[in-house]
Amino acid sequence: MLGRGLCLGQRPWPRVIKFFCYFLFTKSSASFLYAAIRFQVWCPKVPLYFPAALRQMSPMRTAILLFPGINRERDMAIAVRQSFGAEPKMVWHKETDLTGIDLVIIPGGFSFGDYLRCGAMAAQSPIMRAVKDHAARGGYVLGVCNGFQILTEAGLLPGALLRNASLRFLSMDAQLKVERNDTVFTAKYAKGAVFRAPLAHGDGNYTADTATLDRLEGENLVAFRYADGNRNGSARDIAGIYSPNLRILGLMPHPEDLVDPLLGGTDGKPLFDSLAAA
Amino acid sequence: MKKVDAALAKSFGLNAEEYAKVLEIMGRTPSLTELGIFSVMWSEHCSYKSSRVWLKELPTKAPWVIHGPGENAGVIDIGEGMAAIFKMESHNHPSFIEPYQGAATGVGGILRDVFTMGARPIANLNALRFGDPALPVTKRVVDGVVRGIGGYGNCVGVPTVGGEVNFHPAYNGNPLVNAMTVGIAAQDKIFLSAAAGIGNPVVYIGSKTGRDGIHGATMASTEFDASSEEKRPTVQVGDPFTEKLLIEACLELMQTDAIVAIQDMGAAGLTSSSVEMAGKGGVGIELILDDVPQRETGMTAYEMMLSESQERMLLVLKPERTEMARAIIEKWDLDYAIIGHITDTGRIVVKHKGAVEADILLAPLADAAPLYRRPIAETPKPAPLGPVHSDMKLGDALLKLIASPDLCSRRWIFDQYDSTVGGQTVKRPAQADAAIVRLEGTKRALALTTDCTPRYCVADPEAGGAQAVVEAWRNISATGATPLAITDNMNFGNPEKPEIMGQFAAAIKGMAAACTALDFPVVSGNVSLYNETEGKGILPTPAIGAVGVIEDAAKAVGLALKPDHDLIVIGASKGELGRSLWLREILGQETGAPPAIDLAAERRNGEFVRAQILSGKVAACHDVSDGGLLVAVAEMALAGDAGVDLTAPETSHAFWFGEEQARYVLSVESAQDRAALLAAAAQAGIPAVEIGRANGNGKLTHSDTVAISLPQLREAHERFFPSWFAL
Repeated sequence: MLGRGLCLGQRPWPRVIKFFCYFLFTKSSASFLYAAIRFQVWCPKVPLYFPAALRQMSPMRTAILLFPGINRERDMAIAVRQSFGAEPKMVWHKETDLTGIDLVIIPGGFSFGDYLRCGAMAAQSPIMRAVKDHAARGGYVLGVCNGFQILTEAGLLPGALLRNASLRFLSMDAQLKVERNDTVFTAKYAKGAVFRAPLAHGDGNYTADTATLDRLEGENLVAFRYADGNRNGSARDIAGIYSPNLRILGLMPHPEDLVDPLLGGTDGKPLFDSLAAA
Repeated sequence: MKKVDAALAKSFGLNAEEYAKVLEIMGRTPSLTELGIFSVMWSEHCSYKSSRVWLKELPTKAPWVIHGPGENAGVIDIGEGMAAIFKMESHNHPSFIEPYQGAATGVGGILRDVFTMGARPIANLNALRFGDPALPVTKRVVDGVVRGIGGYGNCVGVPTVGGEVNFHPAYNGNPLVNAMTVGIAAQDKIFLSAAAGIGNPVVYIGSKTGRDGIHGATMASTEFDASSEEKRPTVQVGDPFTEKLLIEACLELMQTDAIVAIQDMGAAGLTSSSVEMAGKGGVGIELILDDVPQRETGMTAYEMMLSESQERMLLVLKPERTEMARAIIEKWDLDYAIIGHITDTGRIVVKHKGAVEADILLAPLADAAPLYRRPIAETPKPAPLGPVHSDMKLGDALLKLIASPDLCSRRWIFDQYDSTVGGQTVKRPAQADAAIVRLEGTKRALALTTDCTPRYCVADPEAGGAQAVVEAWRNISATGATPLAITDNMNFGNPEKPEIMGQFAAAIKGMAAACTALDFPVVSGNVSLYNETEGKGILPTPAIGAVGVIEDAAKAVGLALKPDHDLIVIGASKGELGRSLWLREILGQETGAPPAIDLAAERRNGEFVRAQILSGKVAACHDVSDGGLLVAVAEMALAGDAGVDLTAPETSHAFWFGEEQARYVLSVESAQDRAALLAAAAQAGIPAVEIGRANGNGKLTHSDTVAISLPQLREAHERFFPSWFAL
């Protein structure tokens, strides 16, 4: 795997469906054999008695969006793979189709170099039209760090992320308080629980007008708050917020970078386990 | 158009003798572009004309070395079919003129050296030396350099996992910024720069060429003076976003079979990349500059050949693969242009607007490059330190030392560097003696460090050179990893001064001895000379970047001490205070001889410690270096948030602050482990002494000489940088 370019489209789902189509609509045994062989070639890791294997897979079909300058897509893929037991689909920003996807993840990084404004240019990419349609259909969206910034720039979440109050990049662990645990993102956390997640951002200072902040709090849409000091200056210690239907989550810290005891802990894993169980 | 003559050559950095050689090779007066090509290729920076005779003394071979010096970066076998590709490089002069961009482009340049060979960069480190913190300029430089390293490294998405920082007035006008990148590739997918295939297209990818950085390599080959500020236009401007695209585009293209050869455009830009690619391949090259993507209008051939615009690569492609390559490069929104082809003439021919702007036979350009065995004056051996005494209590001395700029916490710095991106950082900055970065999809990890103690080097360059190598080796061993190879970044003053060349030669001698004794070859490196301002040289600084490997990352240990664990010192404590930080910070002296280097003891003790760590008996480990034993214990206590009751009877400053080498502090969890470890040490004839036990009451104590609470210790350790930058 190392040293290779991005692994695109390794998710076996469409192949499975294609295979079923073959099986259902062809009568000849030769065709069946052909289809079976093709399936094995496509997905050597899924044995032919695949229904059993399929049952173990997460029902959450996931796409990780790739914008130029995104750099935490590998971290995110590792976390998804670990909790979901399935390979996420990596989707280039110039694509326009998210059909069949349940969960869209926009990972961290510096899309388009953070030039102009963090997330501003990515919000205009072709794939964002599909993300908006996906959200309108009630699909799940997770935006982390630059992903959160892109979601606010795209108008899918309110507010904006300004330069950190210190005007310096912040790279350290922060403690996050779980404001509610009745969402698909946080079901595996206890309400009020505090967990650790790495920060890595220059622009994480969450800002919105007072009315918006009051509405977020009034409608219980604050997902996480900084529990051990507000390093970036965010309004009301907000680290992450939900959309009104609780299906879109944006947050600045990186739960995907703390899913392995060897890397310092698994505090971020319940978020992905929650999604896997949804 | 400027008239080409000896005077112009001199302003380009070529002396009369060198210019005469140019005339002889050309058989005529060279064109401006030709003179530019000669001057950059023969600059100290590109030709290593003063250092080459000495660099040959360094050991560069071992069974695990795949490519040693001579390629863009060193390549070593790290097991499971993988290779680590790494190098360290200086960006000293630009970082003083324009700290942010100087440091940022330093990171960008070293990244390109590594990914041009086919590696995905997985870690950055940096070795920094700054002047006196009391000077306002130092603060400005520190701030700019740290922001620059972070600004570039964070954006490209390569974690910055380690490094070192020293302060000394000798760097007042000449800070050192040495950046190291480590990348990973499959051993059968390593790309080299030797051009081949007559007629093959020469392809330019990346950013457009502008007028920035023209003659940067020449600037890096002269001393600084009051007019250096005027050289700001020679500092390049970095764009980490483009670099990120370039990394992904190159790695994607490298998955195909399109590439014959690839080389980044670093110092001396298009000139050095084209000359080196053709030269290494023993072929010729013809460039049509009209086709070079240009950022500015009206650029001349001279300007394009000498530009050091960043984020550019030069490739030789298979002709039938150019359209596929174009599609990949353009997918990443980068410029792609065929700007020439490989010829069989052995010449570099540069055409622009229908005219031949340069036509030079390549062999003499490389072979006849100046090579100097400059006169050397040996550094007199320092007199050993006489008796010294301080009435200060041990505890007070510790608080003073640990708060000093050279020993205080670097948190303020590394909190600005993304150390976790990539999701493989097992030990982050300050968690272990070496950073531990796992190889994705495996249990295996690399251990990475940079080291050098310039105050030793100035006193005794040979001992200092050896010490830099052994400390790097020790830092890797202290995590449980096996040290494999190093990259060296030789930062020295003006080589035309015999005492400076004497320092250089002696440092090489010390390094070579240490590398040989430890089976720790040099696989890549960089030389930065003329680090002088107003005639004053820096401390000789042979910075070492080292790479080790550990088969199971879960076995790596860090510094963090846990309550109720016992502390054991491995290695002989003799109380050597010459050139120690204690001597400088407590008594205000920089005198005496640095600690003695015993290479056999280093190897024996290090191999013992590593074996004990891998057998699972060791809970935490820290090498003893700057500040000595008590500082090492205090750092372990802070890392683990545990107090320590020191039980060793010694109360002398020499015992607790001496900096003798080949020592480690280990902690063990159980009485059983302690007994087994002490027995093993006794059997191996290795000194091992219990010095104390960690406690849960948050206090560092020793008889009536030390009584410090952890919060007090932490406040002292963390104070310097935040308070400096709060002003």
